[in-house]
Amino acid sequence: MPPFAIETEELGRIYKIRGTKKEKAIRKELVALADVNLKVEQGELFGLLGPNGAGKTTLIKILTTLLSPSSGRARVAGHDVIEAPELVRLCINMVSGGESSGYGLLTVRENLWMFSQFYGVPSKEAYRRIDELLKRVGIFDRRHTKSSDLSTGLRQKMNIVRGFMTDPQVLFLDEPTLGLDVGASREVRGLIREWLDEDKCRSLLLTTHYMVEADELCDRVAIINQGRVLACDTPSVLKQRLQKDAIFEIDTSPLNGLPVSKLESLPGVQKVSCQATDGGATLNFILKEEAALAAVFNSLSAANVKIMKLSKHEPTLEDVFVTLVGHSIADEDKGGESE
Amino acid sequence: MSEHPGILPREVSPKGDEGESRPKMVKNTGWRLFWQSVLARSYPRIIGQQRDISWMFFEVIMPMGAVIGYVLVYKALQAPQEYIGFVVIGGAMTAFWMNVLWSMSTQLYWEKEQGNLSLYIIAPNSMTSILLGMALGGMVATILRAAVIILLGSWMFGVQYVVVSPFELFAVFCLSMVALYGMGMMFASAFLLFGREAWALSDMVQEPVNLVTGFYFPVKSLPFWVAAIASAIPLTLGLDAMRQLAFPSGFKMGFLSTKVEILILVGLSVFFLVGAKWLLGYTEKLAIREGRLTEARR
Repeated sequence: MPPFAIETEELGRIYKIRGTKKEKAIRKELVALADVNLKVEQGELFGLLGPNGAGKTTLIKILTTLLSPSSGRARVAGHDVIEAPELVRLCINMVSGGESSGYGLLTVRENLWMFSQFYGVPSKEAYRRIDELLKRVGIFDRRHTKSSDLSTGLRQKMNIVRGFMTDPQVLFLDEPTLGLDVGASREVRGLIREWLDEDKCRSLLLTTHYMVEADELCDRVAIINQGRVLACDTPSVLKQRLQKDAIFEIDTSPLNGLPVSKLESLPGVQKVSCQATDGGATLNFILKEEAALAAVFNSLSAANVKIMKLSKHEPTLEDVFVTLVGHSIADEDKGGESE
Repeated sequence: MSEHPGILPREVSPKGDEGESRPKMVKNTGWRLFWQSVLARSYPRIIGQQRDISWMFFEVIMPMGAVIGYVLVYKALQAPQEYIGFVVIGGAMTAFWMNVLWSMSTQLYWEKEQGNLSLYIIAPNSMTSILLGMALGGMVATILRAAVIILLGSWMFGVQYVVVSPFELFAVFCLSMVALYGMGMMFASAFLLFGREAWALSDMVQEPVNLVTGFYFPVKSLPFWVAAIASAIPLTLGLDAMRQLAFPSGFKMGFLSTKVEILILVGLSVFFLVGAKWLLGYTEKLAIREGRLTEARR
């Protein structure tokens, strides 16, 4: 049986936060990962979902040998990240969203060639592969453009080519479509799927903020929060868990100060998430039973909140996320801190 | 260089669930990967020089100003003619020192800030090859600047060189470069380790080093122990030996004999190269343990 592409056992990481001189005596500790157990099989596209600060990037850093774990073990392509980092490095590559790697004075093609050399790819093969991938992501005509002259989206496409061009056994993509428009994101998702389907020995670990992306791409996803894995399964199985619940979306007039927590405390209401819209709000309810809707209507009308639209929908990965984490990624983006 | 040169690239992938197999990309390992990485990392430095010519002003015209100033002082003092040549050579070598102090030393720190460092670390090549590539690129780029200063200075002031042993002169220059850039590689790791504090230190030592290294005067003019301590900086002895070998009466103003200076330069080269490799390994381990290698300001 081939080794797992990625395997972690009770993996943990604690950061020691260095305070000011006065605070030196009291060294704070931050648990970034706690007892993470994951197994990613060869050929699998595994998604990691979590709010900012959940520990996604810390996990990727450990798996890519950039950070040592405080406890537990991690293996990538069958090699231990602490005992044999040089063997792990032969098998991996990584692309992060919004990264500004490379040198602005070099062209797209030169930057990519330079990185290919660090992986031992012969120059001729490197250029062939670079051109092929640049065509695939639609920036072949920009190959002689200095990377400092590229827009954020084009630069990200260049970074994505950098990840694929060395033909890694395990590829780590940390928010790869960050900053890309809808069309470009679709192209990148297509490339990811195509790359994986080409060879069943390739595996990919993806972190993303976009639930639709995870739902569309990932064979399995793990939802992680505060360093712990809350759930890990295929998107369809995770959604089935909520199948027995009633999920409603209600568009309303402004909430007039009605707190979401009050709605959440109503009997039969499991979770509520709220997104402000032009001239009102969109409330997402996960109810234990449809009958709980009456109490929701009463509360809204008591606060003079008008209901504009009501719809019932099938559970999505977003609903699973809200149920497990307690709030949506969109809420996080509004007030969250960077990881 | 891979620490495991025996590991071969995957030629053919194992069969997948659906029995698919696909020829894999063949990749170099071992020394080939090491030198490939050295050349690739030196490329941005060398090519960057052609695309951004602001160096002409900052690294040729500015040092030339200092050279002209010292030459005029020596002329006013009716100093021996060799002093004019000493100043021109010193001006050229200043370009290397500035390159090491401000470009080479800070490079890893900037790579970290820019996000390249993590990509260098996760690649299968060794970090030493990256550092060596930076040094090689910096050295090649600076040779051009130094050559411009030498040619321009020699032409302006009519400096005449009488090289007794071209081979010895070339060897001294090469050894000085190896030792100097070895020191730069060591500084690069130190900068990564200490961050902005190292910056302040560089700022602080720049002028005193310029003085004791004898860029614009024979180092023999300094008290023996000051010159001996200054010899820890490879350019001090390199410059002294080059002056002795390039001018007929240079040996009279030499600090030590060229043979001794060459031996010391060999020692310094070994010390700095070994030290750079050790410090880089130590910094990498420490930073991976503490999580501050890729976190810009945790």
